[in-house]
Amino acid sequence: MSNEAVIDRIVGRGVPVRGNDIDTDRIIPARYLREITFEGLGPHAFEDDRRALNGAHPLDDPRFEGAGVLVVNENFGCGSSREHAPQALLRRGIRAIVGESFAEIFFGNCVTIGLPCLTTTPEHADALQALIEEAPDTELTIDIEAEQVVTDQGAYPAAVPASARASFLTGRWDALGQLLENANDVQATSARLPYLTGFGGGSS
Amino acid sequence: MANTLLDTVWDLHTVRRLPNGETQLFIGLHLVHEVTSPQAFQMLAERGLRVRYPERTFATVDHIIPTDQQQRPYADGMAEQMFAAIEENVRVNDLPFFDRSTGRQGIVHVIGPELGLTQPGMTIACGDSHTSTHGAFGAVAFGIGTSQVRDVLATQCMSVAKPKLRRIEVNGRLSAGVFAKDVILHIIGSLGVQGGVGYAYEYGGAVLDAMSMDERMTICNMSIEGGARVGYVNPDATTEAYIEGREYAPAGDEFQRASKWWRSLASDPDANYDDVVTMDGADIPPMVTWGINPGQVTGVDDVVPSPEALDGPGRATAEEALEHMSLEAGRPMAGVPIDVAFVGSCTNARLSDLEEAARVARGGRVADGVKALVVPGSQRIRAEAEAAGLHEIFQEAGFEWREAGCSMCLAMNPDKLQGRQMCASSSNRNFKGRQGSPTGRTLLMSPAMVAAAALAGEVTDVRRMVA
Repeated sequence: MSNEAVIDRIVGRGVPVRGNDIDTDRIIPARYLREITFEGLGPHAFEDDRRALNGAHPLDDPRFEGAGVLVVNENFGCGSSREHAPQALLRRGIRAIVGESFAEIFFGNCVTIGLPCLTTTPEHADALQALIEEAPDTELTIDIEAEQVVTDQGAYPAAVPASARASFLTGRWDALGQLLENANDVQATSARLPYLTGFGGGSS
Repeated sequence: MANTLLDTVWDLHTVRRLPNGETQLFIGLHLVHEVTSPQAFQMLAERGLRVRYPERTFATVDHIIPTDQQQRPYADGMAEQMFAAIEENVRVNDLPFFDRSTGRQGIVHVIGPELGLTQPGMTIACGDSHTSTHGAFGAVAFGIGTSQVRDVLATQCMSVAKPKLRRIEVNGRLSAGVFAKDVILHIIGSLGVQGGVGYAYEYGGAVLDAMSMDERMTICNMSIEGGARVGYVNPDATTEAYIEGREYAPAGDEFQRASKWWRSLASDPDANYDDVVTMDGADIPPMVTWGINPGQVTGVDDVVPSPEALDGPGRATAEEALEHMSLEAGRPMAGVPIDVAFVGSCTNARLSDLEEAARVARGGRVADGVKALVVPGSQRIRAEAEAAGLHEIFQEAGFEWREAGCSMCLAMNPDKLQGRQMCASSSNRNFKGRQGSPTGRTLLMSPAMVAAAALAGEVTDVRRMVA
């Protein structure tokens, strides 16, 4: 894979979406999964939350328009495995997410589409959200290698698990290329599985 | 050496360690449905790839399928388009497809086990977070996103980190009127909605040992609601008895050899776990959620908790939940009025679930103003239920008797809440907007409790109705 795929640094303004346990149904309501492509999802990110807040949702706040870094709280992306959720955020221009913690399937879906999620402490998430709210023009530099978010007010530690970090820094976050590399090993693995080989009785 | 089932199955399916430290894991069974697959097939076509192991890939339709009017083309043009897409994708790639014409259509996590496709010792993947259901058989089963569906289609492998393992042991026995759904809601309530992140859950103990496969599936199904992507139960005689004779199950001598292997997979008694949690089944009452995630749950005989009593981040979420639900802290859960009652979903739409609901509904009458529906998990379950006369019990009591599908669990088909309706639901998620109305409200509970609520028009302790 070419170096173009390397993701080591993301620079952008931030948008805070506060709250714990924000599930993927809220990130992209299920009615928008009735589609055979991901292309039109961007405008519908957080649609029901935004409607309920009638213009007061951070994604509708002109101060945060064009922000590329979403700053969230605990267990973000819990619930459904729908990749539509990170796809909607990506297509809305989100290039990195910083939060207290992430649900596992959501996190993995983000890695595989090149959208880094960084984990920070509750205090730092709150401080970052407050900073962005006070000074929306603040530029955030997400440094994947150094595992920190750098602002003009200082740097905040923000961790990326080792495997995801390696994937971003080597540009190999889309696993398909690697999984296609060793068809013979795959064949050998399948050949030792009892349930594909008649449970030891010979034929399958 | 003392191994867990997770260790054994993981090692057996490991193709190699990838440079980033994750495992390239072979997937023994890939289940596909219409919602999360079209983009994956498209990505495959764009790269000039084909399905690598079509004989290990099985498809059905469940999320978008209407459960009342089944004529094609569907009134919903988008649903029709999605249906046409999966038909074309299975045709081009020559995949087995269980649509309605086969009589084997149903919710993907219901038909996998029902057809005998789901077996102990397998790795299983599906583009749906409730794939953990299949762990009830001692399989290691993952919910995956669409790009990973693409990976599995193209290579029969996925890149994944091995989770840590927590054993959750439920000892003793359950009281009458307490079901598998109550057990898993109790577990999620105790350990939290993100307590399982990074873990697989191994469920065991006397309560699990005594459970049927249907009940174990209910437990494993909701692992993801506790944050755990994988949940499983060690295979035993109950597992084997369920599988024997099913369409895709091994038969004859092969079944004997298979059983022997399946039994050998169970975690050793002295195996090491990263964590062990024990609880007593006798302490679990019928459970009902009061909030907007499945961890916001309490006993039906308890009251709506006060956010002030909670520390830290739980408090803000609880306040948000009570506002959305319009429930006052301190009020009893019993007596909360409902508008809709839904028995269905991959959590609780199997035959035994319908039997428990029917036992409560028999001879009763759905309360005025309550819309009640029963949606079997598969065409076969529907037929079995009808053979047992369950449909008549439901219909006589005023429940609608529907065709198989995901229905009102997730708002991708015509079955949806309207406005601020309050729904007693046997499904798995009470998220804001989950059942199709952004302001709709969901109370998760067992199928028997849903039936009880339907008759009473309000949340009711089912123990008083079945005693």
